[in-house]
Amino acid sequence: MRSDTPRAPWGLKLAAGAGLFFMLAPIALIFLYAFSSEERTYQWPPPGLTLKWFAVTWNRPDVWQALTLSVQVAAISTAIALVLGTLCAAAVSGTRFFGRETISLLVILPIALPGIITGISLRSAFSLMEIPFSFWTIVLGHATFCIVVVYNNAVARFRRTSGSMIEAAMDLGADKFQTFRHVILPNIGTALLAGGMLAFALSFDEVIVTTFTAGQQQTLPIWMLEELVRPRQRPVTNVVAMVVVIVTLLPILLAFYFSRGGDQTVAGMGK
Amino acid sequence: MTSAVSLQTVSRHFGAVRALDEVDLEVGEGEFFAMLGPSGSGKTTCLRLIAGFEQPTLGQIRIFGDAVEGVPPYRRNVNTVFQDYALFPHMNVRENVEFSLMLKRVDKATRAREAEAALELVKLGGYGDRRPGQLSGGQRQRVALARAIVNRPKVLLLDEPLGALDLKLREQMQEELKALQKTLGITFIFVTHDQGEALSMADRVAVFDFGKLVQVGTPEEIYTKPNSRFVADFVGSSNVLAPEFVETIAGERRWASLRPEAIHLLRSEGGHSALTGTVVSRSYLGATTRLGIELGGTLLHAVVPSGTDVPADGARVTIGFAREALHLMEDAG
Repeated sequence: MRSDTPRAPWGLKLAAGAGLFFMLAPIALIFLYAFSSEERTYQWPPPGLTLKWFAVTWNRPDVWQALTLSVQVAAISTAIALVLGTLCAAAVSGTRFFGRETISLLVILPIALPGIITGISLRSAFSLMEIPFSFWTIVLGHATFCIVVVYNNAVARFRRTSGSMIEAAMDLGADKFQTFRHVILPNIGTALLAGGMLAFALSFDEVIVTTFTAGQQQTLPIWMLEELVRPRQRPVTNVVAMVVVIVTLLPILLAFYFSRGGDQTVAGMGK
Repeated sequence: MTSAVSLQTVSRHFGAVRALDEVDLEVGEGEFFAMLGPSGSGKTTCLRLIAGFEQPTLGQIRIFGDAVEGVPPYRRNVNTVFQDYALFPHMNVRENVEFSLMLKRVDKATRAREAEAALELVKLGGYGDRRPGQLSGGQRQRVALARAIVNRPKVLLLDEPLGALDLKLREQMQEELKALQKTLGITFIFVTHDQGEALSMADRVAVFDFGKLVQVGTPEEIYTKPNSRFVADFVGSSNVLAPEFVETIAGERRWASLRPEAIHLLRSEGGHSALTGTVVSRSYLGATTRLGIELGGTLLHAVVPSGTDVPADGARVTIGFAREALHLMEDAG
């Protein structure tokens, strides 16, 4: 920071500090109670600190089931979103056709709509078509908003990728597959990685759509919700919460890093 | 002369728009050929048809005798230098130049050697490790050129290759491009809207307007014998004379062109003929001065040597020119 930058007045600093405290303190409490020796209530201060809940959590099969399901759902919906979102972005940015803007809007809609609407509409559609709720109905639900994230990232990158670059590749002897492999993919790769990670993180902690589209299965967030109702081994939930924070925060940080790095390489190409 | 590229009544229509309309064209082997025209005249469409990015609606294109209908760009022995250079930003300069060789599975050592040789040709030897983003506009242009010639194509297509460069760099590149074409001996076809560029660089020039090929010829033919008002007007700053005016001085009722430098001045104080007029404007161009002369409602431009005897604004002058300098054009108007 430059030394001649004007210093913020102390009142503003105080307000900013209070705001941050208000947002972050509850999260810190969640972490703290993961170490509490009291298992039934969240009393303050915690009567004692212990690491035993980590061992308990490790040995609870229901935690493992929920975690596995969440990872699987997130991975598969992200994979579907990567393929469909990229194809859609390529079509919208690479060609002109009637209704292009409408399609662009419709693709983005699932993330603009409240999750509850997506959830209700999917649930009624599934029951109307007599599709039993299963792992795949959760995946479908999640894919609707995962596609948006990938699409948005990809479409922004496609827009900055010069159309003549694809023609240049073909001009120099690359067939369609080689053009994709050597020119298109390296140029949109970081955007896809960023979009994919964001999609994964979104899917991993999704509650609302999952509630409407799941059968008996419990993803990790749903499991936590159930767990809070029961006053037994409460700190286990806190341990799991810590894991969720880490699992979702890392991809988001990486996605941020990659999309920023991508900007620089592409920005350097401007005429 | 063998034809490198030949177009036989080629048309390209986009819906109702005739981007290119029944064009016949022969480009000889080893020729430096310019396609000149204003934007939307069809010159770029013509180039894209030869490259294979577009398919003709009607007609046939042959490259060295072979019909190329349905042949994709990657199977044509033709390379393109794009207007925006279209370098691959994720590759360094060497990888960009090597791209076509890599696809042909040329071994690494040969690839590096040929890429470096191509870079040497465009005076960018030693720049292989740079990224396109680190280069200036002129340097990127050279990389695009090196990338296109490393393959030794039979025909090199250049789409407004100098359009994005500043004037000084453009003049330098014009000479370098000509020299490069001589060295390589391959056919260059380049598209431009700059008539000066077309005249100074090309062996032959094709002038396009509204999708039609208007005139093909050497720069001298195009400049001194334009076949239409459009060509006379577009190529250089010729005086275009209306049929009524031409009738009074040449006896024929046709459009004609007259180059400003073909006009000389005869001083006249009281004479009153069709060729006597008033100087209405004067711009000093250094060695020459450009005069606007009004002759009975027609404004003519004359370029005369600068000096003490250049008439002042408002002076009455009589103009003279050799009869053969007056070029009668085909279109009756």
